[in-house]
Amino acid sequence: MVAVADPGPVAAAPRRRLPFAGTLRFLGRLFREKPLGAFGFVVCMVFLFCGVFADVLAPYGFNQISPVNRLKPPSAKFWLGTDNLGRDMLSRCLYGAQLSVIIGLSAAALATVVSVFIGVVSGYLGGKFDLVMQRFVDAWMSFPDLIILIVVVSVVGPGMGPVIVLLGLLYGIGGSRIVRGAVLSVRENAYVHAAQSTGATLPRILWRHVLPNVMAPVIVLFTTRVGAVILAESGLAFLGLGVPPPAPTWGGMLSGSGRSFMYLAPWLALAPGLCITVVVYAINVFGDALRDLLDPRMRGSR
Amino acid sequence: MQAYLVRRLLALIPTLVFASLIVFVTVRLIPGDIIDLMLSSNDIGADKKSREQLEAALGLDQPMVTQYFRWVGAIVFEGSLGKSLWQNTSVMQEVLHRLPITFELGLMALVVALLAGIPIGVYSAVRQDTPGDYITRSFAILALAVPGFWIGTLVMVFPSIWWGWSPEVKFTPFSQAPLANLGQMAIPALILGLAFSAITMRLTRTMMLEVMRQDYIRTALAKGLATRTTILRHALRNALIPVVTLVGLQAPVLFGGSVIMEQIFVIPGMGLLLLEAVSQRDYPIITGVFLVVGVAVVLINLLVDLSYGLLDPKVRYR
Repeated sequence: MVAVADPGPVAAAPRRRLPFAGTLRFLGRLFREKPLGAFGFVVCMVFLFCGVFADVLAPYGFNQISPVNRLKPPSAKFWLGTDNLGRDMLSRCLYGAQLSVIIGLSAAALATVVSVFIGVVSGYLGGKFDLVMQRFVDAWMSFPDLIILIVVVSVVGPGMGPVIVLLGLLYGIGGSRIVRGAVLSVRENAYVHAAQSTGATLPRILWRHVLPNVMAPVIVLFTTRVGAVILAESGLAFLGLGVPPPAPTWGGMLSGSGRSFMYLAPWLALAPGLCITVVVYAINVFGDALRDLLDPRMRGSR
Repeated sequence: MQAYLVRRLLALIPTLVFASLIVFVTVRLIPGDIIDLMLSSNDIGADKKSREQLEAALGLDQPMVTQYFRWVGAIVFEGSLGKSLWQNTSVMQEVLHRLPITFELGLMALVVALLAGIPIGVYSAVRQDTPGDYITRSFAILALAVPGFWIGTLVMVFPSIWWGWSPEVKFTPFSQAPLANLGQMAIPALILGLAFSAITMRLTRTMMLEVMRQDYIRTALAKGLATRTTILRHALRNALIPVVTLVGLQAPVLFGGSVIMEQIFVIPGMGLLLLEAVSQRDYPIITGVFLVVGVAVVLINLLVDLSYGLLDPKVRYR
């Protein structure tokens, strides 16, 4: 284990003036101290690149049906083979990355905002509000994520919007515990008391004094949430309750009508699952490294 | 102990009230009219019932607050979760019939997770920073990233292609043929327990590393106690307490994961019941499964809390 003293707010000050230099310095540290995390970072960047430029990179359209080429094994023309409708698997995987990037980033961003809002307010205010809020979070967390998702989608109907909002709320409420924990310790610092005694308003204290000092766990939370969201979305799509076909979601590609063709064309079963695994693995190891570097207090926690 | 138990049970009430509210609000208040969905889609039997009949069947003709108290009242006083919309069977009976199957799957996954996770975690901690430690840790991070439904799919597809073998999909109940049933559940339980065992392994390792640095371990080793005995009797017992907490935290994850395993391996548990109900838009069943799973998780966590005393004599039930 690398014992690094937490520079905390001291390091945060110059970073604000030169954001780019700070980021570069941080990446340097990542590559030196956490090779596995750096590997994860590189894979995440490749994934992001594939997602953003899927339209350019994909040799065919994601729903370009060509009956002549159905169930073709991987070849020079179709690198990952074709499915039962003759659609190119590589193109579908690339467009799948695009969907995962969109859903992963937006749902994780929403989740983080919800977590920060509940966590900061509940942790800072404390008292009865906190008590009631925490009982609610307790009750919420006794429901399995996937079952909440299935039930809500059964009511609202599947689609990209509902899936993003749902995953955001779902992981937002659960993650508020971590933010609240961090706020509880920040709340007792002298600078917060100083702000209170000078008569700073509640929003100002929360925004200027509490929030910047819980940013480290919040960044880590966001990163790990992207992975969790992608995994959950693929599970939902696998059950046929995610973004409806013909959208090429990785989870959806492993389910539905394609399943019976996997016995004839096993490559159909490999590529989408491998995409999910590699991306989630990369996000997890990057998140772990980020946690060790940014927030030594959270080391070892999940 | 008795006073503690009573207090602990009383503390369950607010959690259960919130849980029932979450279930109620989720199913009834979300934008999108359930009735419209039921009437618009060409569901089996939907055309046989008129809008008024459906509203009355779901109790939607009453004000929201009345609906909630009626629903809760029926559960508390009559033990009734209503009737299935299409089959006219009692939801409670249906759910109680399926619950043991999901429970068995979850329990087997738990056993897999603990049997694999704890020994590997101890090994990894004792051999800290050796190749063995790195390999097991990398494997654990990988296990957390692999989606269970993918492994399930691979298990269905590849053995069938290579050896013509595929998992049995005709379900045998435990009461009929215990061994056949356990054999059938083994593969889904292994897959379901995989991620859980990785988490267990990581936590056991972290806790072992922390405990091994304690003075009493040094004392035990210094007085000449065998390393093996020290690790098993002194260190592991103390390291395991957070692992017990983990069981409670993972209970909802197991319930969620079992939905997917039940779907892939056609196991008629709660998860399959839920998916069938979703495809038929049978809201009383959806609501019933949702609530029962939530309550089950709350009760499992109560058991976990109570079990601390068995492991840790320091815990007093005050």
